[in-house]
Formats: sequence, C-alpha cells, structure tokens
Amino acid sequence: MTEIVTLESLAARVTPGQSLAIPVDGSGVAMTATAALLEAGVRDLKLICVPISGLQADLLIGAGAVASLETSAVSLGEAGAAPRFTAGIKSRAFTMRDSTCPAIYAGLLAAQKGVPFMPIAGIIGSDLLNVRSDWQVIDSPIGEARKVVVVPAISPDVALFHAPEADRDGNVRIGRHRELADLAYASKRTLVTVERIIDRNLLDGEDSAAGVLPSLYVDTIAVAERGAWPLALWDEYPADEAEIARYAAMARSEDGFRAYLSAFLTHRRQVA
Amino acid sequence: MSAERERREILIATIADLLDGIRHVAVGASSPIPAAGAMLLRARNELRGKPPVRISILGSRAHSFFTNGGIELFDCAAQGRVDAFFLGGGQIDGEGNINLVGTGDYPASQVRWPGSFGSAYLYHLVPRVILFREEHSPRVFVPKVDFVSARAMTPEVPRRGGPHALLTNMALFDFDREAGGFALRSVHPPFTPADIRENTGFAYQEPDVVRETPRPDAATLALLRGRIFDELAETYPAFARTMKQAA
Repeated sequence: MTEIVTLESLAARVTPGQSLAIPVDGSGVAMTATAALLEAGVRDLKLICVPISGLQADLLIGAGAVASLETSAVSLGEAGAAPRFTAGIKSRAFTMRDSTCPAIYAGLLAAQKGVPFMPIAGIIGSDLLNVRSDWQVIDSPIGEARKVVVVPAISPDVALFHAPEADRDGNVRIGRHRELADLAYASKRTLVTVERIIDRNLLDGEDSAAGVLPSLYVDTIAVAERGAWPLALWDEYPADEAEIARYAAMARSEDGFRAYLSAFLTHRRQVA
Repeated sequence: MSAERERREILIATIADLLDGIRHVAVGASSPIPAAGAMLLRARNELRGKPPVRISILGSRAHSFFTNGGIELFDCAAQGRVDAFFLGGGQIDGEGNINLVGTGDYPASQVRWPGSFGSAYLYHLVPRVILFREEHSPRVFVPKVDFVSARAMTPEVPRRGGPHALLTNMALFDFDREAGGFALRSVHPPFTPADIRENTGFAYQEPDVVRETPRPDAATLALLRGRIFDELAETYPAFARTMKQAA
C-alpha cells in the first residue's frame, strides 16, 4: 500500500548510489524534496532527466550528489545556461551520458513493457551513437529492410516528482502530465510530494479518473506545500522568475552556489 | 532598444513567411522568436481566412493541445503529423549538421552547451526544419561541427525530415537537399552580402543579385505588438515584456 509519510521520511527512501528519475521543469518537479534529499546527504546518484532538467539537476550536481547524468539537456530556460552542470562537465565531476529526448522516453517505455530494448526512429548519423555504446543500429528484423536504432530499457530505482494532490488511498492526480505516469511505470519505486491530501477518492468519477496515477504505481507520498518552488506547478503557481534568475547569477561561482544552496536548505526548514 | 526590437520583428515576420502553408508547427524549449513567428502565422491565417494552423509550444498550457505527456510531440512527428519545427546550434556547418553539445573533445568540452534535446530524432522526421540561430559569426557557422547532435542528410536511411532554411540576425539561407548545402536567399538591412561572406565559416551558394529581407508591413507590426506579444507572455514572460516595453 502507498504510505503517506513526512517529507524527511520520504527523502530517506532515496539511498546513495541509486538511479533517480526526475521530470522536466514545469511538469511537476519536487524541489522541496530535493532540498530534503540534500539535507539528508544523498550522494552518488545516477540521475536520469526525463527528458531534460534545469534547476533541480543543477542543484544536485552543484551539491556533489551526482555520479552520473543521463539527459538530453540541462538548461535554466529563459534564465540561461545551467552553471554547475557546465562546470561539472569541465571538471569531469560526473559521468555524462548524453541522450536525445525521445530515446529517454523509449528507454522508459521498454521498461514499462518489460522488454530489454526499444527501437526508435531517427538518430542515425548523430555522434550520440558514437558516445552511447549501449545504443545500437540494427537491421530491422521485421517489415521494411532498413536500419533502425535500438536503445536499452531504462528502469530507474526511484522516480521522484511533485503534483497538486493525492487522495488518502494514494492515488495521485497527474492531469495531462502523462510523462509522470511514464516515469512511475518504469521505475522500481515512485516517491511523490503533493500540495495537499484530499478526502475525495480520485478514482470516483470518469472526469478525474483518467488524469490519475493509481496508487499501485505510487510507493510513498509526503505533503510539501509550494513543493515545486521556485519552479512552476501547472495552473497552481507560476515559476518564480526572479528567484531562478538569482540562482543563475549566484551559481556562476562555486562560492555563490554554496551561499545559494545554504539559503535554499534554510528556506525549506523555515517553511516546514 | 528600438533597433533591437526591429531586428527581432524582422526575424519573427520572416519565420511566419517560412512557415506558410503548414498545418502544424511545433516549437521547442527556449524559443521565443520561433514561437512568436508561429503565432503570427496562425493569427494571419485566421484574419485572411486561410486554413487554420495548429501550434504546439513546449512548456505552454494555452498553446499546446497535447494530452499524452512529453512523448506525444515525438510520436506525432513519427506519424507525420508535425510539418515544421525549429532547431538551433552552438555550431552549424555547411552540410546542415548541428551541434548542441559543445566544442573540443567530448566529453570534457571546451565550451559545453545544454545538450541535443530532441534534435537527433526530429531532424529525420519533420519535413520543414527551420534552423534558427541569431548570432551570425564564423564561430557558429563552421566548416565542420565538432559534434554532430543531428545530421542533416543520411542517404543510408529513408527520411522525410531535414533542414529547410537557416535564419540568422544577418541573413536568410535556403537549404538545397539535392546539393546538400545552403544558398543565400536574402540579407537583412543594413547588412550586405560582403558582411555575410565575412561572418560565415562555411561555403554556400550566392546569387548574382542578393535581395534584402523585407521589413514587416504596418498591419503585421500592429498584430505583432498587440495580440502576438500578449499570447507569447504566457510562455515567455520576460521576452514579451521587453518587446512590449520597447513598443
């Protein structure tokens, strides 16, 4: 059964060395939980961004919590480049596994379907095939005779995201953000923070049921109000542009990043 | 600031022209000018009674109709339902290959950019890919990219997608898929064909007479500075604010 626990207990479910899958900015990023993870001293993560990340990945990298990074990009969007990602590439602080967005979804889909790999269109001619020795170009065994790329299943140890609400049975409303379901289907465990727990069962009624991730796929839930801040959460709240710009400026230097991180962790303790 | 606004307005209007005739255009992350160009086409078609244009702007709630999560854009492209898309590049070479990863030896690049996003896939599948890169300099337009995020031509596999045009701060090029290279179409005022030669690191075809890129007309400007920047503000608040303030 889905357990509903404190944020600290949820954070303790992520252990050093695990692979951790996270969604794209704006989709439902568990920022408060990320602060709790860092506070708990998480390290050596194999971070998988589905299919890209921004502030969350940059914070984890800057804090030294990431051993390897699989992503199609890391960027702060309108606020510019992700400074700790860029610095970490230069200093070889982590193993980089460059990807392309649909290849990450294809890997998750393979895991979702319980098969070892997934064929995917395109990609041929890209140098990604040279740096990803785990990707292969094969002759299609079925249908039209042609080359096709296959990528291995991605089965993260843990998926972590933030959503507006869950019910007491552990069903989580994901709305149209089906990528959150893709994350959960493929992952061994799924941790979700929510703005609130509601009394009504989300599976009662056709209108809400289609936009729900059933509790079968959800292991642990914790409440974290404004838990995506400073990132946006759907129609609940917009991104805090000024805060993200402040991060982008401070994180240009190692010292600036340390100061930001310290304040970010203090902020979580104060609102908790 | 008003020169900066004019420069952007020429780019947005040129993008709307390049998209003419499409049914569905998708716009990726961090692309306010392409998004504005797509919105301009949609609004213009509406006003002129031309066929409606669907727009999918990644990261937008109001300007996207997808309900199947992040994968839907890519599935849609594989089904042939995306007619146009935009790609950029830290480097772009004369064969239309793009590099979104970095310069120097991989993986410890001298300069590292965000990453390949969906380029390696979408370049194969979207018929009208518009390469859009504002900086027009020899460090961007190189003879050969250091890392191929996405290759423009792959005769070894069938594909419907590839580059259609390249738009920069200085000029507009067409991509000739037969010849496998770019041809200069027009130069934005006040630049000259000589400026383009000086700032382009790869070889390209140049016609005897090079046209000037047309400036948007008054009706287009009114539409842009009103409805389009209002629509854009949902996804690109900072960009829309700057453009509105300058207007």
